[in-house]
Amino acid sequence: MHDLVIAAQQAGELKAGLQSIGAGIVYGAAAIGPGIGIGIVVGNAITAMARQPEMAGPVRTTMFLGIAFTEALALFGFVLFFLAKS
Amino acid sequence: MESSTVVAASELPVAHESRIADHLARHALLVAPVVILGCGLVRGIDGAISAAIGLALVALNFIVSARLIGWAAAKSLTLLQGAVLGGFVVRLFALTLIVLGLEQFSFIDLPVLVLTIAVTHIGLLIWETRYVSLTLAAPGLKPGVNEREPKDKE
Repeated sequence: MHDLVIAAQQAGELKAGLQSIGAGIVYGAAAIGPGIGIGIVVGNAITAMARQPEMAGPVRTTMFLGIAFTEALALFGFVLFFLAKS
Repeated sequence: MESSTVVAASELPVAHESRIADHLARHALLVAPVVILGCGLVRGIDGAISAAIGLALVALNFIVSARLIGWAAAKSLTLLQGAVLGGFVVRLFALTLIVLGLEQFSFIDLPVLVLTIAVTHIGLLIWETRYVSLTLAAPGLKPGVNEREPKDKE
């Protein structure tokens, strides 16, 4: 009986541990894509600004919105991380 | 050619990202009563408080991001790339730490807080994009232009 209680406790701890690991993987994986996306957005914006410095204002405006939209993808992982953890 | 590039980097036209971020924050203030009331009705007082904090975090995130881009772009284009990518990681990390810290308080409704952050971030951006695309593509269609013209003529 005592062994069964210990096994049940360990199963609970294992579940909590796996839940935390899963949440961490979700968050990390969700942050990789936006990181690459932001790199592409900024890289292309810099190319555009170097080619046409007079267009830097509109390019930076568009870049800012592009970054914010790409960042929203990371926020999905952020939400899933906390929902999986809770 | 090289010198003109250096000059161009330091003499970039006034960027509007700070104005956009301020505008987004103003829009967040406008939607705040609706979001807070809605969350309050569904999840109670804890939901309302969490929604308010979520909205404040979203507005702060936009403002910090815009100030960082403005500062880095004024220095150099190379710094801009580093600042944006570094800023993304740091802001995401800071947001996670803030929410993890807030999670300890009993009055925080975690699902409402994180969902408010994600949903209002996207919602405010879509709202702002409509405004910005009108301004960039057709300045004459900028919201408020037609209302101002009669006063200018007078």
